Amino acid sequence: MQPLANVTPLKLVPRSGAIQVDGVSQTYRSAGQDVVALSDVSFEIKPGRFVVLVGPSGCGKSSLLMMMAGLRRPTSGTILVSGAPIDNPDPDRVGVVFQEPSLFPWLTAEENVEFPLALRGVPRKDRRAKAQDALKLVGLEGFGIRHPHELSGGMKQRVSIARGLVQDPPVLLMDEPFAALDEQTRMTMGDELLRIWAATGKTVIFVTHSLTEAVYLADEVVVMSPRPGRIVDRLEVALPRPRTFEMLSGDTFGSLRDRIWRHIRKSA
Amino acid sequence: MSSTTLRRLIVVTLIVLWEVLPRLGIIPQLFLPSLSSTLAAFWHDAPEYRDALLVTLYEVAVAMVFACGGGILAGAIVGSLPRPRVLIMPMISSLYAIPLVILYPVFTVWLGIGSESKIAFASIYGFLPTMLATAAGIQTIDPQLLLAARSMGATPIQRITRVVIPAAIPTVLSGLRIGGALVIVGVVVSEMLISSAGIGYLISRYRTILESAHVFAGVLLVLALAVAFNLLIRLVERRTAVWQAGSRAGQDAITRETPATGLQPANP
Repeated sequence: MQPLANVTPLKLVPRSGAIQVDGVSQTYRSAGQDVVALSDVSFEIKPGRFVVLVGPSGCGKSSLLMMMAGLRRPTSGTILVSGAPIDNPDPDRVGVVFQEPSLFPWLTAEENVEFPLALRGVPRKDRRAKAQDALKLVGLEGFGIRHPHELSGGMKQRVSIARGLVQDPPVLLMDEPFAALDEQTRMTMGDELLRIWAATGKTVIFVTHSLTEAVYLADEVVVMSPRPGRIVDRLEVALPRPRTFEMLSGDTFGSLRDRIWRHIRKSA
Repeated sequence: MSSTTLRRLIVVTLIVLWEVLPRLGIIPQLFLPSLSSTLAAFWHDAPEYRDALLVTLYEVAVAMVFACGGGILAGAIVGSLPRPRVLIMPMISSLYAIPLVILYPVFTVWLGIGSESKIAFASIYGFLPTMLATAAGIQTIDPQLLLAARSMGATPIQRITRVVIPAAIPTVLSGLRIGGALVIVGVVVSEMLISSAGIGYLISRYRTILESAHVFAGVLLVLALAVAFNLLIRLVERRTAVWQAGSRAGQDAITRETPATGLQPANP
Protein backbone atom coordinates (compact mmCIF):
# COMPACT_ATOMS: atom_id res chain seq x y z
CA MET A 1 0.00 0.00 0.00
CA GLN A 2 1.35 3.41 -1.00
CA PRO A 3 1.39 6.33 1.40
CA LEU A 4 -1.51 8.41 0.16
CA ALA A 5 0.30 11.72 0.63
CA ASN A 6 2.30 10.81 -2.46
CA VAL A 7 -0.72 10.27 -4.66
CA THR A 8 -1.14 13.02 -7.22
CA PRO A 9 -4.42 14.80 -6.62
CA LEU A 10 -7.05 14.76 -9.37
CA LYS A 11 -6.65 17.60 -11.80
CA LEU A 12 -10.37 18.30 -12.37
CA VAL A 13 -11.02 21.42 -10.31
CA PRO A 14 -14.67 20.87 -9.25
CA ARG A 15 -13.83 17.37 -8.06
CA SER A 16 -10.45 18.04 -6.52
CA GLY A 17 -11.49 17.25 -2.94
CA ALA A 18 -9.61 20.21 -1.52
CA ILE A 19 -11.24 22.04 1.36
CA GLN A 20 -10.70 25.66 2.30
CA VAL A 21 -12.18 26.98 5.51
CA ASP A 22 -11.76 30.74 5.66
CA GLY A 23 -12.59 32.88 8.68
CA VAL A 24 -15.56 30.78 9.74
CA SER A 25 -17.45 31.93 12.82
CA GLN A 26 -20.66 30.67 14.30
CA THR A 27 -22.78 32.52 16.81
CA TYR A 28 -26.11 31.48 18.24
CA ARG A 29 -28.46 32.97 20.80
CA SER A 30 -29.10 30.97 23.92
CA ALA A 31 -31.06 32.27 26.93
CA GLY A 32 -30.88 35.81 25.57
CA GLN A 33 -27.11 35.75 25.17
CA ASP A 34 -24.90 35.48 22.12
CA VAL A 35 -22.78 32.37 22.35
CA VAL A 36 -19.75 32.14 20.09
CA ALA A 37 -19.47 28.50 19.05
CA LEU A 38 -16.72 28.98 16.49
CA SER A 39 -14.42 31.93 16.26
CA ASP A 40 -12.53 32.77 13.08
CA VAL A 41 -11.53 29.25 12.09
CA SER A 42 -9.34 29.00 9.02
CA PHE A 43 -7.47 26.07 7.54
CA GLU A 44 -6.86 24.25 4.31
CA ILE A 45 -6.94 20.59 3.53
CA LYS A 46 -5.16 19.18 0.54
CA PRO A 47 -6.92 16.59 -1.60
CA GLY A 48 -6.64 12.98 -0.50
CA ARG A 49 -5.60 13.75 3.06
CA PHE A 50 -6.97 12.04 6.13
CA VAL A 51 -7.59 14.80 8.66
CA VAL A 52 -8.97 14.21 12.14
CA LEU A 53 -10.67 16.92 14.18
CA VAL A 54 -10.38 16.49 17.95
CA GLY A 55 -11.30 18.66 20.89
CA PRO A 56 -13.35 18.60 24.07
CA SER A 57 -17.14 18.51 23.92
CA GLY A 58 -18.60 21.81 22.81
CA CYS A 59 -15.60 22.92 20.76
CA GLY A 60 -17.76 23.08 17.66
CA LYS A 61 -15.99 20.34 15.72
CA SER A 62 -19.25 18.67 14.76
CA SER A 63 -20.73 22.05 13.84
CA LEU A 64 -17.78 22.68 11.59
CA LEU A 65 -18.28 19.31 9.95
CA MET A 66 -22.00 20.02 9.39
CA MET A 67 -20.99 23.27 7.68
CA MET A 68 -18.58 21.47 5.38
CA ALA A 69 -21.49 19.15 4.53
CA GLY A 70 -23.66 22.13 3.64
CA LEU A 71 -26.13 21.13 6.37
CA ARG A 72 -25.54 24.31 8.35
CA ARG A 73 -24.34 27.77 7.38
CA PRO A 74 -21.65 29.71 9.20
CA THR A 75 -22.59 33.10 10.67
CA SER A 76 -19.63 34.52 8.78
CA GLY A 77 -16.76 33.24 6.67
CA THR A 78 -16.69 30.87 3.73
CA ILE A 79 -16.12 27.18 3.13
CA LEU A 80 -14.95 25.99 -0.27
CA VAL A 81 -15.14 22.33 -1.21
CA SER A 82 -13.34 21.43 -4.44
CA GLY A 83 -12.97 25.14 -5.08
CA ALA A 84 -16.66 26.09 -4.88
CA PRO A 85 -18.71 27.36 -1.92
CA ILE A 86 -20.91 24.79 -0.26
CA ASP A 87 -24.25 26.29 0.80
CA ASN A 88 -26.43 23.21 0.51
CA PRO A 89 -25.80 19.50 0.76
CA ASP A 90 -24.20 18.27 -2.44
CA PRO A 91 -23.71 14.48 -2.43
CA ASP A 92 -21.67 14.75 -5.63
CA ARG A 93 -19.01 16.65 -3.76
CA VAL A 94 -19.41 15.52 -0.16
CA GLY A 95 -20.52 12.25 1.42
CA VAL A 96 -21.49 12.28 5.10
CA VAL A 97 -21.36 9.49 7.67
CA PHE A 98 -22.97 10.19 11.04
CA GLN A 99 -22.40 8.73 14.49
CA GLU A 100 -25.68 6.86 14.20
CA PRO A 101 -25.69 4.74 11.05
CA SER A 102 -28.98 6.52 10.17
CA LEU A 103 -30.09 3.75 7.86
CA PHE A 104 -33.72 3.64 6.79
CA PRO A 105 -35.05 0.55 8.58
CA TRP A 106 -37.70 -0.19 5.92
CA LEU A 107 -35.09 -0.49 3.15
CA THR A 108 -32.59 -3.29 2.63
CA ALA A 109 -28.86 -2.53 2.91
CA GLU A 110 -28.69 -2.32 -0.85
CA GLU A 111 -31.67 0.02 -1.12
CA ASN A 112 -30.17 2.19 1.60
CA VAL A 113 -26.98 2.56 -0.41
CA GLU A 114 -29.04 3.31 -3.52
CA PHE A 115 -31.06 5.97 -1.71
CA PRO A 116 -29.03 9.04 -2.75
CA LEU A 117 -29.07 7.81 -6.36
CA ALA A 118 -32.82 7.17 -6.22
CA LEU A 119 -33.31 10.76 -5.08
CA ARG A 120 -31.81 11.90 -8.35
CA GLY A 121 -33.79 9.51 -10.48
CA VAL A 122 -30.86 7.29 -11.50
CA PRO A 123 -32.31 4.23 -13.32
CA ARG A 124 -32.73 1.13 -11.18
CA LYS A 125 -30.14 -0.95 -13.01
CA ASP A 126 -27.36 1.63 -12.71
CA ARG A 127 -28.32 2.19 -9.11
CA ARG A 128 -28.08 -1.46 -8.27
CA ALA A 129 -24.70 -1.82 -9.96
CA LYS A 130 -23.24 1.16 -8.11
CA ALA A 131 -24.67 -0.01 -4.79
CA GLN A 132 -23.14 -3.45 -5.35
CA ASP A 133 -19.75 -1.88 -5.99
CA ALA A 134 -19.99 0.29 -2.88
CA LEU A 135 -21.05 -2.65 -0.69
CA LYS A 136 -18.19 -4.70 -2.07
CA LEU A 137 -15.80 -1.87 -1.25
CA VAL A 138 -16.85 -1.88 2.40
CA GLY A 139 -16.67 -5.68 2.60
CA LEU A 140 -20.39 -6.39 2.63
CA GLU A 141 -20.76 -8.27 -0.61
CA GLY A 142 -23.78 -10.56 -0.38
CA PHE A 143 -25.37 -8.68 2.52
CA GLY A 144 -27.34 -6.28 0.35
CA ILE A 145 -30.65 -8.08 0.80
CA ARG A 146 -30.64 -7.75 4.57
CA HIS A 147 -32.54 -5.14 6.47
CA PRO A 148 -30.64 -2.97 8.97
CA HIS A 149 -32.06 -4.79 12.00
CA GLU A 150 -30.46 -7.97 10.70
CA LEU A 151 -26.99 -6.37 10.73
CA SER A 152 -24.55 -5.80 13.59
CA GLY A 153 -23.50 -2.29 14.64
CA GLY A 154 -20.27 -2.44 12.68
CA MET A 155 -22.01 -3.76 9.58
CA LYS A 156 -24.61 -0.98 9.75
CA GLN A 157 -21.86 1.60 9.87
CA ARG A 158 -20.22 -0.06 6.85
CA VAL A 159 -23.50 0.28 4.96
CA SER A 160 -23.58 3.93 5.98
CA ILE A 161 -20.05 4.41 4.63
CA ALA A 162 -21.04 2.68 1.40
CA ARG A 163 -23.97 5.06 1.12
CA GLY A 164 -21.66 8.03 1.63
CA LEU A 165 -19.36 6.77 -1.11
CA VAL A 166 -21.92 5.58 -3.66
CA GLN A 167 -21.90 8.81 -5.68
CA ASP A 168 -18.11 8.80 -5.58
CA PRO A 169 -17.70 12.22 -3.94
CA PRO A 170 -14.09 13.33 -3.52
CA VAL A 171 -14.73 14.22 0.13
CA LEU A 172 -16.02 12.00 2.95
CA LEU A 173 -17.05 13.67 6.20
CA MET A 174 -17.37 11.45 9.25
CA ASP A 175 -18.90 12.62 12.51
CA GLU A 176 -17.71 10.25 15.25
CA PRO A 177 -18.71 7.29 13.08
CA PHE A 178 -17.35 4.60 15.41
CA ALA A 179 -18.26 6.18 18.76
CA ALA A 180 -21.22 3.87 19.31
CA LEU A 181 -19.25 0.69 18.56
CA ASP A 182 -17.46 -1.53 21.04
CA GLU A 183 -13.67 -1.31 21.33
CA GLN A 184 -12.85 -4.36 19.19
CA THR A 185 -15.26 -3.50 16.40
CA ARG A 186 -13.93 0.01 16.54
CA MET A 187 -10.35 -1.11 15.93
CA THR A 188 -11.43 -3.31 13.03
CA MET A 189 -13.49 -0.52 11.52
CA GLY A 190 -10.53 1.85 11.77
CA ASP A 191 -8.39 -0.52 9.71
CA GLU A 192 -11.27 -1.03 7.30
CA LEU A 193 -11.67 2.70 6.86
CA LEU A 194 -7.95 3.12 6.15
CA ARG A 195 -8.18 0.35 3.58
CA ILE A 196 -11.18 2.01 1.89
CA TRP A 197 -9.48 5.37 2.01
CA ALA A 198 -6.30 3.96 0.45
CA ALA A 199 -8.38 2.28 -2.25
CA THR A 200 -10.39 5.38 -3.14
CA GLY A 201 -8.07 8.32 -2.43
CA LYS A 202 -10.83 10.41 -0.86
CA THR A 203 -10.25 13.42 1.32
CA VAL A 204 -11.51 12.31 4.74
CA ILE A 205 -12.42 14.64 7.59
CA PHE A 206 -13.02 12.59 10.70
CA VAL A 207 -14.33 13.87 14.02
CA THR A 208 -13.59 11.84 17.15
CA HIS A 209 -13.20 12.00 20.91
CA SER A 210 -10.64 9.22 20.94
CA LEU A 211 -7.03 10.41 20.87
CA THR A 212 -5.76 6.94 19.99
CA GLU A 213 -8.15 6.73 17.08
CA ALA A 214 -7.13 10.22 15.98
CA VAL A 215 -3.41 9.50 15.84
CA TYR A 216 -3.86 6.02 14.44
CA LEU A 217 -5.95 7.16 11.48
CA ALA A 218 -4.74 10.63 10.62
CA ASP A 219 -2.24 12.26 8.32
CA GLU A 220 -2.93 15.35 10.33
CA VAL A 221 -4.74 16.04 13.60
CA VAL A 222 -6.45 19.39 14.10
CA VAL A 223 -6.97 20.20 17.79
CA MET A 224 -9.73 22.60 18.76
CA SER A 225 -10.56 24.48 21.96
CA PRO A 226 -14.05 25.00 23.36
CA ARG A 227 -16.20 28.17 23.53
CA PRO A 228 -15.24 29.92 21.42
CA GLY A 229 -14.11 27.04 19.24
CA ARG A 230 -10.83 27.75 17.54
CA ILE A 231 -7.86 25.80 16.29
CA VAL A 232 -5.13 25.48 18.92
CA ASP A 233 -2.76 23.06 17.19
CA ARG A 234 -2.20 21.11 14.00
CA LEU A 235 -0.04 17.99 14.16
CA GLU A 236 1.46 16.03 11.32
CA VAL A 237 1.39 12.33 12.07
CA ALA A 238 4.66 11.16 10.59
CA LEU A 239 3.97 7.46 11.06
CA PRO A 240 4.33 5.34 7.94
CA ARG A 241 1.39 3.68 6.21
CA PRO A 242 -0.08 1.18 6.50
CA ARG A 243 -0.58 1.79 10.17
CA THR A 244 -0.17 -1.22 12.40
CA PHE A 245 -1.27 -2.18 15.86
CA GLU A 246 2.37 -2.22 17.05
CA MET A 247 2.70 1.50 16.38
CA LEU A 248 0.23 2.19 19.18
CA SER A 249 2.92 1.39 21.74
CA GLY A 250 5.69 3.30 19.95
CA ASP A 251 7.32 6.57 21.08
CA THR A 252 6.10 8.66 18.15
CA PHE A 253 2.55 7.59 18.82
CA GLY A 254 2.81 8.27 22.54
CA SER A 255 4.31 11.71 22.18
CA LEU A 256 1.72 12.80 19.63
CA ARG A 257 -1.10 11.59 21.85
CA ASP A 258 0.41 13.33 24.88
CA ARG A 259 0.68 16.58 22.96
CA ILE A 260 -3.01 16.45 22.01
CA TRP A 261 -3.99 15.52 25.53
CA ARG A 262 -2.12 18.49 27.03
CA HIS A 263 -4.10 20.86 24.79
CA ILE A 264 -7.38 19.26 25.73
CA ARG A 265 -6.67 19.10 29.45
CA LYS A 266 -5.71 22.76 29.43
CA SER A 267 -8.99 23.81 27.86
CA ALA A 268 -11.30 21.42 29.68
CA MET B 1 -47.58 -29.41 21.18
CA SER B 2 -47.04 -26.15 19.37
CA SER B 3 -48.97 -23.10 20.48
CA THR B 4 -50.74 -22.94 17.11
CA THR B 5 -52.13 -26.47 17.51
CA LEU B 6 -53.09 -25.66 21.06
CA ARG B 7 -54.87 -22.51 19.92
CA ARG B 8 -56.81 -24.43 17.29
CA LEU B 9 -57.69 -27.04 19.87
CA ILE B 10 -59.12 -24.39 22.18
CA VAL B 11 -61.27 -22.97 19.38
CA VAL B 12 -62.56 -26.43 18.43
CA THR B 13 -63.31 -27.22 22.08
CA LEU B 14 -65.29 -24.00 22.46
CA ILE B 15 -67.29 -24.79 19.32
CA VAL B 16 -68.04 -28.30 20.53
CA LEU B 17 -69.06 -26.99 23.96
CA TRP B 18 -71.30 -24.45 22.25
CA GLU B 19 -73.11 -27.30 20.54
CA VAL B 20 -73.12 -29.83 23.38
CA LEU B 21 -73.88 -27.79 26.49
CA PRO B 22 -77.26 -26.38 25.27
CA ARG B 23 -78.23 -29.74 23.76
CA LEU B 24 -77.70 -31.57 27.03
CA GLY B 25 -79.77 -28.90 28.75
CA ILE B 26 -76.86 -27.79 30.94
CA ILE B 27 -77.42 -24.27 29.60
CA PRO B 28 -81.00 -23.29 28.65
CA GLN B 29 -81.46 -22.71 24.91
CA LEU B 30 -82.86 -19.27 25.70
CA PHE B 31 -79.50 -18.17 27.14
CA LEU B 32 -77.31 -19.97 24.65
CA PRO B 33 -78.91 -21.64 21.65
CA SER B 34 -76.77 -24.43 20.24
CA LEU B 35 -74.48 -23.67 17.32
CA SER B 36 -76.57 -25.79 14.95
CA SER B 37 -79.82 -24.01 15.82
CA THR B 38 -78.01 -20.65 15.45
CA LEU B 39 -76.81 -21.60 12.00
CA ALA B 40 -80.26 -22.95 11.15
CA ALA B 41 -81.82 -19.63 12.17
CA PHE B 42 -79.29 -17.83 10.04
CA TRP B 43 -79.98 -20.09 7.09
CA HIS B 44 -83.74 -19.81 7.50
CA ASP B 45 -83.66 -16.02 7.33
CA ALA B 46 -80.58 -15.64 5.17
CA PRO B 47 -82.02 -12.89 2.90
CA GLU B 48 -82.83 -10.78 5.92
CA TYR B 49 -79.33 -11.16 7.30
CA ARG B 50 -77.83 -10.46 3.90
CA ASP B 51 -79.76 -7.20 3.58
CA ALA B 52 -78.78 -6.20 7.10
CA LEU B 53 -75.16 -7.07 6.42
CA LEU B 54 -75.15 -4.93 3.28
CA VAL B 55 -76.49 -1.94 5.21
CA THR B 56 -73.91 -2.42 7.96
CA LEU B 57 -71.08 -2.96 5.48
CA TYR B 58 -72.02 0.20 3.65
CA GLU B 59 -72.05 2.20 6.86
CA VAL B 60 -68.77 0.69 8.00
CA ALA B 61 -67.10 1.35 4.65
CA VAL B 62 -68.11 5.01 4.48
CA ALA B 63 -67.30 5.61 8.13
CA MET B 64 -63.94 3.89 7.64
CA VAL B 65 -63.07 6.31 4.85
CA PHE B 66 -63.97 9.31 6.99
CA ALA B 67 -62.35 7.98 10.15
CA CYS B 68 -59.13 6.72 8.60
CA GLY B 69 -58.76 9.33 5.87
CA GLY B 70 -59.64 12.17 8.18
CA GLY B 71 -57.64 10.72 11.06
CA ILE B 72 -54.49 10.29 8.99
CA LEU B 73 -54.81 13.76 7.46
CA ALA B 74 -55.48 15.49 10.77
CA GLY B 75 -52.83 13.42 12.51
CA ALA B 76 -50.28 14.33 9.86
CA ILE B 77 -50.99 18.04 10.29
CA VAL B 78 -51.02 17.91 14.06
CA GLY B 79 -47.95 15.69 14.16
CA SER B 80 -45.78 17.81 11.90
CA LEU B 81 -46.72 21.34 12.99
CA PRO B 82 -45.94 22.28 16.59
CA ARG B 83 -48.52 25.07 16.87
CA PRO B 84 -51.70 23.02 16.18
CA ARG B 85 -50.20 20.26 18.28
CA VAL B 86 -49.99 22.47 21.36
CA LEU B 87 -53.50 23.80 20.76
CA ILE B 88 -55.33 20.62 19.84
CA MET B 89 -53.61 17.59 21.31
CA PRO B 90 -54.63 18.07 24.98
CA MET B 91 -58.25 18.53 23.88
CA ILE B 92 -58.20 15.45 21.66
CA SER B 93 -56.56 13.34 24.32
CA SER B 94 -59.18 14.19 26.92
CA LEU B 95 -61.97 13.78 24.37
CA TYR B 96 -60.66 10.27 23.79
CA ALA B 97 -61.44 9.38 27.40
CA ILE B 98 -65.13 10.35 27.10
CA PRO B 99 -67.57 7.55 26.25
CA LEU B 100 -68.68 9.11 22.98
CA VAL B 101 -71.73 6.89 22.80
CA ILE B 102 -73.56 9.36 25.06
CA LEU B 103 -73.50 11.74 22.09
CA TYR B 104 -75.25 9.30 19.78
CA PRO B 105 -78.82 10.43 20.58
CA VAL B 106 -77.73 13.95 19.58
CA PHE B 107 -76.55 12.59 16.22
CA THR B 108 -79.94 11.05 15.56
CA VAL B 109 -81.57 14.39 16.29
CA TRP B 110 -79.31 16.07 13.77
CA LEU B 111 -79.15 13.39 11.08
CA GLY B 112 -82.18 11.16 11.58
CA ILE B 113 -82.22 7.45 12.37
CA GLY B 114 -80.94 6.32 8.93
CA SER B 115 -77.41 5.45 7.93
CA GLU B 116 -76.14 9.04 8.16
CA SER B 117 -76.21 9.19 11.93
CA LYS B 118 -74.43 5.83 12.20
CA ILE B 119 -71.78 6.90 9.73
CA ALA B 120 -71.24 10.19 11.52
CA PHE B 121 -71.03 8.57 14.92
CA ALA B 122 -68.75 5.71 13.86
CA SER B 123 -66.52 8.11 11.91
CA ILE B 124 -65.87 10.22 14.97
CA TYR B 125 -65.50 7.14 17.11
CA GLY B 126 -62.78 5.71 14.86
CA PHE B 127 -61.22 9.06 13.97
CA LEU B 128 -59.63 9.76 17.33
CA PRO B 129 -57.30 6.76 17.70
CA THR B 130 -56.28 6.98 14.04
CA MET B 131 -55.42 10.63 14.42
CA LEU B 132 -53.57 10.17 17.71
CA ALA B 133 -51.53 7.27 16.30
CA THR B 134 -50.66 9.15 13.12
CA ALA B 135 -49.61 12.23 15.06
CA ALA B 136 -47.47 10.09 17.35
CA GLY B 137 -46.00 8.23 14.38
CA ILE B 138 -44.88 11.43 12.74
CA GLN B 139 -43.64 13.06 15.93
CA THR B 140 -41.48 10.10 16.84
CA ILE B 141 -39.60 9.91 13.53
CA ASP B 142 -35.86 9.90 14.21
CA PRO B 143 -34.66 13.41 13.25
CA GLN B 144 -31.31 11.83 12.41
CA LEU B 145 -32.97 10.06 9.46
CA LEU B 146 -34.23 13.37 8.13
CA LEU B 147 -30.79 14.92 8.55
CA ALA B 148 -29.20 11.99 6.71
CA ALA B 149 -31.72 12.36 3.88
CA ARG B 150 -30.94 16.05 3.70
CA SER B 151 -27.19 15.33 3.52
CA MET B 152 -27.94 13.13 0.51
CA GLY B 153 -29.65 16.02 -1.23
CA ALA B 154 -33.32 15.15 -0.53
CA THR B 155 -35.75 17.96 -1.29
CA PRO B 156 -38.45 18.75 1.30
CA ILE B 157 -41.02 16.79 -0.74
CA GLN B 158 -38.67 13.81 -1.06
CA ARG B 159 -38.12 13.92 2.68
CA ILE B 160 -41.87 13.54 3.18
CA THR B 161 -42.51 10.86 0.57
CA ARG B 162 -39.36 8.84 1.14
CA VAL B 163 -38.72 9.26 4.85
CA VAL B 164 -41.68 10.60 6.83
CA ILE B 165 -44.38 8.45 5.23
CA PRO B 166 -42.58 5.09 5.29
CA ALA B 167 -41.29 5.77 8.79
CA ALA B 168 -44.79 6.55 10.08
CA ILE B 169 -46.55 3.58 8.45
CA PRO B 170 -46.22 1.04 11.31
CA THR B 171 -47.61 3.46 13.92
CA VAL B 172 -50.36 4.59 11.57
CA LEU B 173 -51.33 0.98 10.90
CA SER B 174 -51.58 0.23 14.60
CA GLY B 175 -53.86 3.27 14.85
CA LEU B 176 -55.92 2.02 11.92
CA ARG B 177 -56.31 -1.33 13.63
CA ILE B 178 -57.87 0.30 16.68
CA GLY B 179 -59.70 2.98 14.70
CA GLY B 180 -61.18 0.47 12.26
CA ALA B 181 -62.32 -1.83 15.07
CA LEU B 182 -63.97 1.15 16.75
CA VAL B 183 -65.74 2.03 13.50
CA ILE B 184 -67.29 -1.44 13.46
CA VAL B 185 -68.23 -1.12 17.13
CA GLY B 186 -69.64 2.35 16.49
CA VAL B 187 -71.82 1.23 13.61
CA VAL B 188 -73.18 -1.86 15.34
CA VAL B 189 -73.78 -0.16 18.68
CA SER B 190 -75.58 2.77 17.09
CA GLU B 191 -77.69 0.36 15.05
CA MET B 192 -78.62 -1.41 18.26
CA LEU B 193 -79.61 1.82 19.97
CA ILE B 194 -81.80 3.67 17.49
CA SER B 195 -82.32 2.47 13.93
CA SER B 196 -84.39 0.55 11.42
CA ALA B 197 -81.79 -1.51 9.56
CA GLY B 198 -78.44 -3.26 9.87
CA ILE B 199 -77.09 -6.18 11.84
CA GLY B 200 -77.16 -4.26 15.11
CA TYR B 201 -80.83 -3.54 14.52
CA LEU B 202 -81.55 -7.23 13.84
CA ILE B 203 -79.77 -8.32 16.99
CA SER B 204 -81.65 -5.77 19.03
CA ARG B 205 -85.03 -6.64 17.50
CA TYR B 206 -84.68 -10.41 17.90
CA ARG B 207 -83.58 -9.88 21.46
CA THR B 208 -86.83 -8.09 22.31
CA ILE B 209 -88.83 -11.05 20.98
CA LEU B 210 -86.59 -13.56 22.73
CA GLU B 211 -85.43 -15.26 19.52
CA SER B 212 -82.04 -16.23 20.94
CA ALA B 213 -80.90 -18.26 17.92
CA HIS B 214 -81.45 -15.25 15.67
CA VAL B 215 -79.65 -12.96 18.10
CA PHE B 216 -76.62 -15.23 18.11
CA ALA B 217 -76.69 -15.49 14.32
CA GLY B 218 -76.33 -11.71 14.22
CA VAL B 219 -73.55 -11.82 16.80
CA LEU B 220 -71.70 -14.39 14.69
CA LEU B 221 -71.97 -12.12 11.68
CA VAL B 222 -70.47 -9.15 13.57
CA LEU B 223 -67.74 -11.45 14.83
CA ALA B 224 -66.96 -12.51 11.27
CA LEU B 225 -66.84 -8.87 10.19
CA ALA B 226 -64.35 -7.97 12.92
CA VAL B 227 -62.17 -10.98 12.22
CA ALA B 228 -62.15 -10.20 8.49
CA PHE B 229 -61.08 -6.63 9.17
CA ASN B 230 -58.32 -7.77 11.49
CA LEU B 231 -57.01 -10.20 8.87
CA LEU B 232 -57.00 -7.43 6.29
CA ILE B 233 -54.92 -5.16 8.52
CA ARG B 234 -52.55 -8.02 9.34
CA LEU B 235 -52.05 -8.61 5.65
CA VAL B 236 -51.20 -4.95 5.05
CA GLU B 237 -48.88 -4.94 8.05
CA ARG B 238 -47.06 -7.98 6.79
CA ARG B 239 -46.54 -6.41 3.42
CA THR B 240 -45.33 -3.05 4.68
CA ALA B 241 -43.59 -3.65 7.96
CA VAL B 242 -41.17 -6.47 7.26
CA TRP B 243 -38.46 -4.29 8.70
CA GLN B 244 -39.86 -3.89 12.18
CA ALA B 245 -37.37 -5.64 14.39
CA GLY B 246 -38.83 -8.50 16.34
CA SER B 247 -41.91 -8.74 14.16
CA ARG B 248 -42.82 -12.17 12.90
CA ALA B 249 -42.36 -11.03 9.32
CA GLY B 250 -38.90 -9.80 10.22
CA GLN B 251 -37.99 -13.14 11.74
CA ASP B 252 -39.08 -14.91 8.57
CA ALA B 253 -36.91 -12.61 6.53
CA ILE B 254 -33.88 -13.48 8.64
CA THR B 255 -34.19 -17.22 8.30
CA ARG B 256 -34.89 -16.85 4.60
CA GLU B 257 -32.08 -14.48 3.73
CA THR B 258 -29.16 -15.38 5.96
CA PRO B 259 -26.17 -16.22 3.77
CA ALA B 260 -24.23 -19.27 4.82
CA THR B 261 -20.93 -17.51 5.47
CA GLY B 262 -19.56 -14.18 6.56
CA LEU B 263 -20.04 -11.84 9.47
CA GLN B 264 -22.54 -12.66 12.15
CA PRO B 265 -25.67 -10.52 12.31
CA ALA B 266 -26.71 -8.90 15.55
CA ASN B 267 -29.68 -10.37 17.34
CA PRO B 268 -32.71 -8.62 15.89
